[in-house]
Amino acid sequence: MATLAQAAIPEVRSYLDVGRPGILGWITSTDHKRIGVLYLASMMTLFLVAVAIGVLMRIEQLMISKPLFSPETYNAFFTLHGVIMIFLFVLPGLSASFGNFFLPILIGAKDVAFPRLNLTSWYFFITGALLAITALFTGKGFPDTGWTFYVPFSIQTGTNVTLGVFAAFVLGFSSILTGLNFITTVHRLRAPGMGWHRMPLFVWALYATAWIQVLATPILGITFLLVMVERIFGIGIFDPAKGGDPVLYQHLFWMYSHPAVYIMIVPAMGAITEIIPTFAHRTIFGYKAIAYSSLAIAAVGSLVWGHHMFTSGMGDPADVIFSLLTFLVAVPSAIKVFNWTATLYKGSIELRPPMIFALTFIFLFAIGGLTGIIQGALNVNVHLHDTYWIVGHFHYVMFGGTGMGFFAALLYWFPKMFGKKYNEKVATIAWFPIFIGFNMFYATMLVLGYMGMPRRYFTHLPQYHTAHVIASIGAFIMVSGLILLLGNLLVALFKGKRAEQNPWGGVTLEWQIPTPPPLENFEVVPTITTRPYIFNPEVSR
Amino acid sequence: MISATTHTHPAHKDYEGSKIGMWVFLFTEILLFGGLFILYSIYRSEYAADFHTGGQHLNTFIGVANTIILLTSSLSVAIAISAMQRGNRKLSITCLSATIVFGLAFLVDKYIEWSEEIRRGVYPNGPALLKFPDGEKIFYGLYYAMTGLHGLHVLAGITVLTVILVFVMRGKITSTDFNQLENAGLYWHLVDVIWIFLLPMLYLAA
Amino acid sequence: MDSTAAHGHLVPYRTFVSVWLVLLFLTTLLVIASRISHEAAVWAMLTVTPLKAGLVFFFFMHLKYEKPFLKGLLLLVLFVLIIFIALTFLDTSFLR
Repeated sequence: MATLAQAAIPEVRSYLDVGRPGILGWITSTDHKRIGVLYLASMMTLFLVAVAIGVLMRIEQLMISKPLFSPETYNAFFTLHGVIMIFLFVLPGLSASFGNFFLPILIGAKDVAFPRLNLTSWYFFITGALLAITALFTGKGFPDTGWTFYVPFSIQTGTNVTLGVFAAFVLGFSSILTGLNFITTVHRLRAPGMGWHRMPLFVWALYATAWIQVLATPILGITFLLVMVERIFGIGIFDPAKGGDPVLYQHLFWMYSHPAVYIMIVPAMGAITEIIPTFAHRTIFGYKAIAYSSLAIAAVGSLVWGHHMFTSGMGDPADVIFSLLTFLVAVPSAIKVFNWTATLYKGSIELRPPMIFALTFIFLFAIGGLTGIIQGALNVNVHLHDTYWIVGHFHYVMFGGTGMGFFAALLYWFPKMFGKKYNEKVATIAWFPIFIGFNMFYATMLVLGYMGMPRRYFTHLPQYHTAHVIASIGAFIMVSGLILLLGNLLVALFKGKRAEQNPWGGVTLEWQIPTPPPLENFEVVPTITTRPYIFNPEVSR
Repeated sequence: MISATTHTHPAHKDYEGSKIGMWVFLFTEILLFGGLFILYSIYRSEYAADFHTGGQHLNTFIGVANTIILLTSSLSVAIAISAMQRGNRKLSITCLSATIVFGLAFLVDKYIEWSEEIRRGVYPNGPALLKFPDGEKIFYGLYYAMTGLHGLHVLAGITVLTVILVFVMRGKITSTDFNQLENAGLYWHLVDVIWIFLLPMLYLAA
Repeated sequence: MDSTAAHGHLVPYRTFVSVWLVLLFLTTLLVIASRISHEAAVWAMLTVTPLKAGLVFFFFMHLKYEKPFLKGLLLLVLFVLIIFIALTFLDTSFLR
């Protein structure tokens, strides 16, 4: 499918220039692109708040001889950090932001299947965020239970657990409705000629993720509903004093929250799969393997939740089966890593910012995944559970994985979304403190955990202090890199030069339409005649 | 000419897409109640005898009556849809109204049933319940959670059906464009299906 | 896109009434079984109840006339729920 190269940019009004003026035009728009930007803006703001909380936590661990905060405050900090990062940033993640913006475009559609429902999803998101903020500033303060809200403590504590889980409940609706919308969109709105095996792989990723969103989130919904009902009415379903079993809470909680991590990572993997062919100027290796591995991750990933509960007293057969399934779920992820690597082989690789962060994703995600395998072994888990190893592990996958994937996608699609170019040199420079700081920070956590430092403790024993200092310094280096990276983009948003239609030489549909896209994306709905990711020598660059 | 919040394309309606969307939503409801079914399964196997005792003390008459009411309401909404498809607006409106009345009757029954139990002190943290053995406490916890959540869905269904009834009366739903009515019917039927399971689980075969 | 073409199948009223009568009959069976013995009640619950649900899905909810894909999805969802129950039982059945 030929690219439309162009000399002059025709005066097509972009989605940014239509509609009601001002803020009203944004928060009442059912245009999937605006909704994607709304998500992006709100998520990035919340992300920075959560980063700030994380920095405060690192300062606390630095200054344990003269603590700045009380233990109760520290407990609220790590709960808030977790709740914001997980429920308000990583879970909506690339789906709500880039998925909303690009899914319709990538399949040649004018919008999603249910545009008004899409806006409603964002309203649920904002409502959930406001409820969480309310929980922060009212009553006895933000929950101090950790984002996992384990019973019995979550039932007994006086902090704003009811409000906190209610916020998460509302956010669940946002996730479910987005998933429902994407499933229907992929089934119904693909352009003529776009069979399933001609869809871009980001779309496959979003589709697989959408099924997890739709099937797993209701389980969390009912679990949190029961916590609320327990706190208000004393229904006793998880209360041992009334015959309840607290471990059943853990089963239900992780039944959602494990698949949730695949909601977090799979779209990032999808974005990487878009970026790598573009900057290797080669077609993707193993299209079907990557497409179906997304579905496999969704399926097998729904069966491993017990690996969060190895030390909770489950029966032995459960331990063994969940451990086995956990090892199995690594396979489809590894398949992706092999295919990305094979795509790079003999490619004409261009190390521009999106590619740099995409490669970083592969490296850091691999470490995260491998540490996951290690802790999936039963005997090892007994020692590592609830230590800093676990914290290191999930930051490698969620931050080194989804986080870096998010930045890669942002650097890739920013020119298309906003029609502005950012300073690539600054973006590249920012990578160094981010990468060095990240590893200094989280690799040290792996070591700390191995040495026995428990997680969610406001202080630590002297033998752990050196490692904590290294970790905190790494954190500060990393955060300064983040500020540089994101600040650069913010400046470009207002002062950047006009971006051309296809700055990277991409071959998927979003690069065939004007930058920024017009309201309904396509003047003429395209007819698809080939599989994606076909690069000709004349087209690249 | 581009309007602010809507698209310029003519209001094309994707009937098939709308139906898929509704079914996917129903799947989420199945998983929502499914969480309670998981808890029920585990606790029942642990407290088999107490569950049986608890079930014996429930008002089976109201339970069965409510079942018949919901089954009949499923019939009436199915006929309402079929009638609309045939262009028989009058029959459609009558049956839709009947469905709503059945739904309200269900809620009234539920109110009577719960009031009686609450009066006897059998409710979460209620004086009588606290004296029961653990298994019965759990049984009643699940009973209130499951029938309560179900009742909320009946209420939601009644609300949706009422809105749909207004649409039908105003001619917004017609014999060529009635998928909103169908979707409302789908929701109502699922509410019925859930009750089909709750009846034996709580009242008849606990 | 006109919706009449897609709606297609017209189900006779008679079918709905017949299904309703069968449902009432099956409910009666459940009640009778519960009067006979607890065991009978459980057997009835495990066999009759899915049948009742199936009738509502198939006829009232039109699933009989829908694409096989939708039928498959429903089965998938029910299968997912069953697996969740089974894996949780894997824990609780082998304690103490």
